[in-house]
Amino acid sequence: MSGRQYLPNTPEDRQAMLAALGLASVEELFSDIPEAVRFNRDLNLPAGLSEWEAMRELRTRAGRNLTVDEAACFLGAGYYDHYVPSVVRHLASRAEFVTAYTQYQPEISQGALQALWEYQSMICELTGLDVANASLYDGGTALAEAMNMCCGITNRKKVLVSVGVNPFYRRILATYAHDLGFEIMDIPTVNGITDYAAAEKMLDKQTAGVIVQSPNFFGCIEQPEPLVAATHAVGALFVMSVNPIALALLKSPGELGADIAVGEGQPLGLGLNFGGPGLGFMAVREKFMRRMPGRIVGQTVDKEGRRGFVLTLQAREQHIRREKAYSNICSNEALCALTAAIYLAVVGKQGLVDVARLCLDKAHYAAGKISAIEGYELAFPAPFFHEFVIKTPRPVAEINQALLAHKIIGGFDLGQVDGRLANHMLLAVTEKRTREEIDALAAVLEGQK
Amino acid sequence: MSQMNNPALVFELSRPGRTAVDLPANDVPSPELSAVLPAECLRSAAPELPQISEVDAVRHYTMLSRRNFGVDNGFYPLGSCTMKYNPKINEDAARLPGFANIHPLQPGETVQGALQLMYELQNYLAEIAGMDAFTLQPAAGAHGELTGLKLIRAYHEHRGDYKRTKVIVPDSAHGTNPATATVCGLEMVEIKSNADGNVDLEALRAAVGPDTAALMLTNPSTLGLFESQIVEIAQIVHEAGGLLYYDGANANAILGKTRPGDMGFDVVHFNLHKTFSTPHGGGGPGSGPVGVKAKLAEFLPVPVIEFDGTRYKLSYDRPKSIGRMHSFYGNFSVLVRAYTYIRIMGPDGLRQVAEDAVLNANYVMRSLQDVYELPYDRHCKHECVFAGLKNPNGVKTVDVAKRLLDYGYHPPTIYFPLIVHEAMMIEPTETESKETLDAFIAVMRKIAQEAIENPDLVTGAPHVTPVRRLDEVTAARKPIVRYQRA
Repeated sequence: MSGRQYLPNTPEDRQAMLAALGLASVEELFSDIPEAVRFNRDLNLPAGLSEWEAMRELRTRAGRNLTVDEAACFLGAGYYDHYVPSVVRHLASRAEFVTAYTQYQPEISQGALQALWEYQSMICELTGLDVANASLYDGGTALAEAMNMCCGITNRKKVLVSVGVNPFYRRILATYAHDLGFEIMDIPTVNGITDYAAAEKMLDKQTAGVIVQSPNFFGCIEQPEPLVAATHAVGALFVMSVNPIALALLKSPGELGADIAVGEGQPLGLGLNFGGPGLGFMAVREKFMRRMPGRIVGQTVDKEGRRGFVLTLQAREQHIRREKAYSNICSNEALCALTAAIYLAVVGKQGLVDVARLCLDKAHYAAGKISAIEGYELAFPAPFFHEFVIKTPRPVAEINQALLAHKIIGGFDLGQVDGRLANHMLLAVTEKRTREEIDALAAVLEGQK
Repeated sequence: MSQMNNPALVFELSRPGRTAVDLPANDVPSPELSAVLPAECLRSAAPELPQISEVDAVRHYTMLSRRNFGVDNGFYPLGSCTMKYNPKINEDAARLPGFANIHPLQPGETVQGALQLMYELQNYLAEIAGMDAFTLQPAAGAHGELTGLKLIRAYHEHRGDYKRTKVIVPDSAHGTNPATATVCGLEMVEIKSNADGNVDLEALRAAVGPDTAALMLTNPSTLGLFESQIVEIAQIVHEAGGLLYYDGANANAILGKTRPGDMGFDVVHFNLHKTFSTPHGGGGPGSGPVGVKAKLAEFLPVPVIEFDGTRYKLSYDRPKSIGRMHSFYGNFSVLVRAYTYIRIMGPDGLRQVAEDAVLNANYVMRSLQDVYELPYDRHCKHECVFAGLKNPNGVKTVDVAKRLLDYGYHPPTIYFPLIVHEAMMIEPTETESKETLDAFIAVMRKIAQEAIENPDLVTGAPHVTPVRRLDEVTAARKPIVRYQRA
């Protein structure tokens, strides 16, 4: 029998337990399953393997993938190849964190509770907002939860969403909105930036919220202050989807006047993992705290007056409010939040600024280098952080093929999500990219005219 | 020891100038910030993150980990959460560079191994569930529920049937079921359980109709009992034109013994972090893949993984798809862990999992029923539910739970399911030995004795944990949810 290493009971143990129950066979315990639906054959699965054999199978599959260790990665589009300091993984791998569950028993969960409370505090620092939750699934679903919040708080159903918002996220918004009867209206972009004037004209007393991303999907930094004011003037909420590394330098959603900030926390030490698990972070103004989805950790004292932490404001949540809950979220991405907190503590105040500065400088070096090549030009004039769009003289897929031959993973083909953006490549440059790699990228592009 | 008893916050360890990161020198020109970004884009001050050295970070988080209890620390019979042992090899597999260090938007030909693993996992889950197609996008159980109800809505709507707005949920259901119905824009109809802990068929017959979108059912139920009238239930719902949704929270009990698809369910989610041994992470990341019968496959979220016999491919060409439920393809590294587990267990190992999980739960139930109140006296499946102490003497279920902390155990789930007074839901899982169960049983019996002889000892528990009972009322009334610099 396979898997014995995880099944400690021996045949003798089983026999002893059955004897204690007065049963002859374990089958008797399944006698309440109607005959008609009993499964009377072996599952058609590969036979069980030893640990070593299983790892060989896994290595074979892993070996068919090209890693960012083997090729220089200039792909971003919502997920970024940042360096994860060794100590982050070591600490986040502590089994006491990894093998625990939700902190229903705070007396033996103080470690995770304190770490998540510290995480919430750090997210508040980054976003400039008052209260953060202890995580949502990912950047896209966090934005959908923010949309639900806007509609729930205002009791309205119209949401304006900039076309500069990540198109994968916009698809999630549409998916979530469909069954709730929310109406999503696209705010166009002009030169890669949200058309604020058009947005203001779309605002009315039916508008629940306005959603803008910055840096937006095209890498451009939005400056939405007037739109924020206009949004508030009609009683709607302003939501920003943001990049946590960029927040080391950029004006925070709080400073910009936003009510809700969400984003993908993957850049904060999580690695790539083919897109998951990510980390949906969310922070809001204090007045919306009791409408926020997800777990929230609060500080309190024990009966001897010692500082301690508990899950709090649980009256918002599904296990208490059931059908009246604001969200159905239960399991979230707690370990990813803990990892992000460790990352932020490890890089620290100056380190995060340094990481952001390296990204900024390398991206601008790359943009300068590439836009100097004949046939290639920057698509948009707006200021950018670590990602930018290049108009290419040939289809992006062909260029990326050529890059792969040089062990370079090229940028995202924007034509895949917007037909008008054929021959537009979205390039991301993180602190991991060296000048040599950027020069090599430019050299290959030079030959692709 | 003082740190263990009175730990500093990471912010309190901070000293200007310290860091735990070593970045490479900048090898490109670094102009003045103002030359690159306009001043009105820039924040007024850098975020106030801690400034600590690497050893500070290591000691801080190691100290915090010692104030946390996981399956690796000890027995964790938290009912409905399936806190089984999490194999270490799963972690190694997930960390293989070929899985950990790939970008989700890389060209298809550079990620064939990842797509192959996902495709194979979908097929394995379909076989285990008795379903025809799977999506791996949902990031947790509740996310799977939402995906599943959206698929059911899409199914009805594409048949021109817009009247189906109600989801029937038994009163024993997890809170996520009714909450999911609401966030899917549907109305929840609750039906009572009967005296055996089963769905009351008459109540179900009265509840179904042309407005029924679906019945959501957990089987075995949250009472740990197999719904033995499942065939009749499926018939009643289907005849009314509704679909059946299987909440896979308790699937550990049925692996290789019965399948949701064979029971008549149309849509199912599994919790890979419960049934398939991936760690719970203190509340995620989990994974909640959703399986469907063929008639619902065209509505699955995009992208869908396709295999033409040679190449694996992500397909977006699904005009009837509900859309997208995840930024990418789901919690991939969790999928790798579950895949590893299935490959190691094989069909016989998985069936043994169910048998041992059920045997362990019945053994605990029968060993405690003379001192704890057993509301449903029949074979349980993977978990058993008690209604508090038989002789409480003023000691409540929460007190028993807190006293268990003193003895080094994670308590069972308490006060759930809601239909059992003073509920205490014990799920031992198959990864616990008879000795572990015997020791736990002995402690549970000892606490029952303490309740009679010295109830204050139990109601005052815990006594030896890093903190004692915490003031949750003040925490909610005057929330302190972030660090405020002095």
